[in-house]
Amino acid sequence: MIEVKNLYKSFEDKTVLKDISTSFKKGNTNLIIGRSGSGKTVLLKSIVGLFTPEKGEVLYDKKDFLKMSKDEKKNVREEIGMLFQGSALFDSMTVEENVMFPLDVFTNKSYEERRERAMFCLDRVNLDGAEKKLPSEISGGMQKRVAIARAIALNPKYLFCDEPNSGLDPQTAIVIDELIKELTIEFNMTTIINTHDMSSVFGIGDNIIFIHDGEKHWEGNKDEIMDSGNEELDNFIFASEFLKKIKR
Amino acid sequence: MRFYLSLKDMLLINIIKEIGRYTAFIKRIFSRPPKHRVFFKQLIKEMDALGVNSIGIVLIISFFMGAVITLQLAYNIELPIIPKYTVGVGARDTMLLEFSSTVVGLILAGKVGSHIASEIGTMRVTEQIDVLDVMGIDSVGFLMLPKVVALVTLMPFLVLISMFVGVFGGWLAGSFTGVVPSEEFIYGAQYAFVPFYIVYSLIKSVIFAFLITTISGYYGYNTSGGSLEVGKSSTKAVVVSSVQILLFNLLLTQLMLT
Repeated sequence: MIEVKNLYKSFEDKTVLKDISTSFKKGNTNLIIGRSGSGKTVLLKSIVGLFTPEKGEVLYDKKDFLKMSKDEKKNVREEIGMLFQGSALFDSMTVEENVMFPLDVFTNKSYEERRERAMFCLDRVNLDGAEKKLPSEISGGMQKRVAIARAIALNPKYLFCDEPNSGLDPQTAIVIDELIKELTIEFNMTTIINTHDMSSVFGIGDNIIFIHDGEKHWEGNKDEIMDSGNEELDNFIFASEFLKKIKR
Repeated sequence: MRFYLSLKDMLLINIIKEIGRYTAFIKRIFSRPPKHRVFFKQLIKEMDALGVNSIGIVLIISFFMGAVITLQLAYNIELPIIPKYTVGVGARDTMLLEFSSTVVGLILAGKVGSHIASEIGTMRVTEQIDVLDVMGIDSVGFLMLPKVVALVTLMPFLVLISMFVGVFGGWLAGSFTGVVPSEEFIYGAQYAFVPFYIVYSLIKSVIFAFLITTISGYYGYNTSGGSLEVGKSSTKAVVVSSVQILLFNLLLTQLMLT
């Protein structure tokens, strides 16, 4: 479980996160939603430690990440898997090498054992036969799967996904969402997903946090979101004419 | 009471800041070395990319520069009282003292420097460096240490190759054109040979290799934005490392040869 308490983050004179408090439950797909520029990515990067907040607490299983020593942080980071918006695969490595990378760095397993684990992860994301290809030789959807395989290679306790569906067609986006949901349940991970994709919200939103202008405006689940009563959230969800008609 | 800084003061502050950041960057390169298995794998890759792949350009440029230096010297020494073998002496000393270390350093600042800055810059803007940071890997040490070790190890060899090929190019040009007879050139190339010149050149090459890799890596690592900024970082890396090579060349010559 991850908890965030009274988190503030600014860049120069602009406050991007204002007093954010919430919790992300284990075995659930926790979604952070909001418009572009609302502070979703800053919140996610503050939780994983890529940004340092000015104030507040980020608790990983009750331990404050911001107050941890370097070694304690390193231990937590080994339990984190992250899927970046653009997949962020290493260009010079093959698919197999990308998935084996965390195993090479953090384990003392033999080459065969590491390769076996990499093949298991690739198989788990339904990606067989692409292991010798470079990231540039596979499609965007396949790149996301490789990035997921790399993220789960070390059997993480926490999985972070920054807009996993960006740049994907609607069908592939659903496949990726379902894959993340399945893996979350299978590995009993605390999964946090940044998204503004409505199909993700209604498909896998066990716990949803809506951020607007750096503030938390609403929290609930996919069944409650339609009747949130929050004007900003309604404007966000029913932004298109098509969705407005459905609501009516 | 308000204080206003002049443009000169602001420039000075920025230079000091930049040097401070660069020093901190260098400290991070050596602070936490990655796992041996991963490091050696990366090192072999970098030795190939930065060193072995530069042999071709070093061979071509050294050969032609050696040839041109010989011809220029021969045409400029017209006095009959100056023996022909002095062309060999001059070509050898030019290659050993200056060309093979400094000019090869400048060439590598362009080739290797832009390669490193664009590679690391692209990794930065495509979040590949964030992947390393999230995993708890020190991205500076992981990416930079193999590059620094690879070029610092291989650049002296490139300089030795350049010395040999340059003198050979001079001999070939002199012999083929007939401006310096073969025996005269060979005699000159061996005449009053000072072995320290080679040591001096190799010491310079190690320092130049360190400057090229760290400066280029620094600019690449601090890239933000997109492909345009990667290009800008790459250009900046080449310009700054070239200027630093010239500056350190002056300092080292003063320290070691005078």
